[in-house]
Amino acid sequence: MSSLVYFSSASDNTHRFVEKLGLAATRIPLRPSDPFLHVTEPYVLVVPTYGGGNEGGAVPRQVVKFLNDEGNRTLIRGVIAAGNTNFGEAYCIAGDIIAAKCRVPYLYGFELMGTSEDVIRVREGLGRFWQRQSQMPA
Amino acid sequence: MSEKLKLVSRVSAINWNRLEDDKDADVWDRLVGNFWLPEKVPVSNDVQSWATLTEQEKTLTMRVFTGLTLLDTIQGTVGAVSLIPDAITPHEEAVYTNIAFMESVHAKSYSSIFSTLCSTKEIDEAFRWSEENANLQRKAEIVMDYYRGDSPLKRKVASTLLESFLFYSGFYLPMYWSSRAKLTNTADLIRLIIRDEAVHGYYIGYKYQKGLEKLSAAEKAELKDYTFELLFELYDNEVEYTQDLYDGVGLTEDVKKFLRYNANKALMNLGYEALFPRDETDVNPAILSALSPNADENHDFFSGSGSSYVIGKAVNTEDEDWEF
Repeated sequence: MSSLVYFSSASDNTHRFVEKLGLAATRIPLRPSDPFLHVTEPYVLVVPTYGGGNEGGAVPRQVVKFLNDEGNRTLIRGVIAAGNTNFGEAYCIAGDIIAAKCRVPYLYGFELMGTSEDVIRVREGLGRFWQRQSQMPA
Repeated sequence: MSEKLKLVSRVSAINWNRLEDDKDADVWDRLVGNFWLPEKVPVSNDVQSWATLTEQEKTLTMRVFTGLTLLDTIQGTVGAVSLIPDAITPHEEAVYTNIAFMESVHAKSYSSIFSTLCSTKEIDEAFRWSEENANLQRKAEIVMDYYRGDSPLKRKVASTLLESFLFYSGFYLPMYWSSRAKLTNTADLIRLIIRDEAVHGYYIGYKYQKGLEKLSAAEKAELKDYTFELLFELYDNEVEYTQDLYDGVGLTEDVKKFLRYNANKALMNLGYEALFPRDETDVNPAILSALSPNADENHDFFSGSGSSYVIGKAVNTEDEDWEF
């Protein structure tokens, strides 16, 4: 039941982070021509922040498209964001934006492909998070 | 210098409607969207704040900025340009021309800070110091050697380390002043430079990784060894340079943490794991917060009690792509 959905551009930074977690994960397709992803169980979304001086375009458009689908949107339980502190106020802002849009907690932020400490924290944190989720009334 | 002028061997008209690598267009758009000029930042509002610095602090600040000017000059006129003949796609070439120009804007922006805050004599003395500082010159030489060398991928490693690591002994100081509510407009300008360097380091590191994909395991291992050797060589030199600058004000150890934190990020931009452990990269929270107010909020829901749901801070979520 501990499912992850993630997006990673061709740089593969987020992909590498998710790989290090070693948890079941589904990747949101990169190209518009790829088949659309429909999820069927609750998930935590892992998403990079596209760096810039403004908040526009901070969430990758593939992720916006994925969340525009109501079926996908109702199953999101939390968001984890990647970013770079060099982007100042826009650091990991994709996490803030998605948390606000989908009314789910912003669980964790990390830089680039994450350090080994980030991996341990997220792996352990997700374990506790899903446990708590399963205890909550539906 | 006796090397022959190296240019791309063949130029075709660039067609932005036929992309080989979407990343080229994405990064181009990002760089253009982030474009800025120093004239837009009201550095003159820092004149009063500048007057509150001691002579030693003023000298340090000017030396830091001449060092940064040197790096930006190298990257603008040699570094980014040297990557053009190695580019795999015409769009990659175009991105490098954008990077090169922006580095020249950065180099010029230090001069605009100087002319606003300092006298001509002080400026000349600071430039002379940077000409004579062995560790700064050594840093420039190491990088220049690789830019002149014959390995396209090694050039990208050197370039990424410059963009994502070598600047930070200098970037520390305006963040330090900003955390003490000094030279805050200057810090705003430096933050724009820091933002640009992140995109540059990310992109050049990405192109390095694309290049690696075509190599054998042995060649990949050789380039990885080379990367770490160069990082250590530059790190040792950077520590000495940091001592030259910051020993007098007692900030050296604090700066070194910032160096290691950024060295880790430079390695990640090249696709390698972070090298320095957490307890050697625990950047002063005041510096991190001056760099990114968002990093200060400790985005770790997991380590909290979990009793309350924090739904993120107020952000602008009005993006036309959203349908809900």
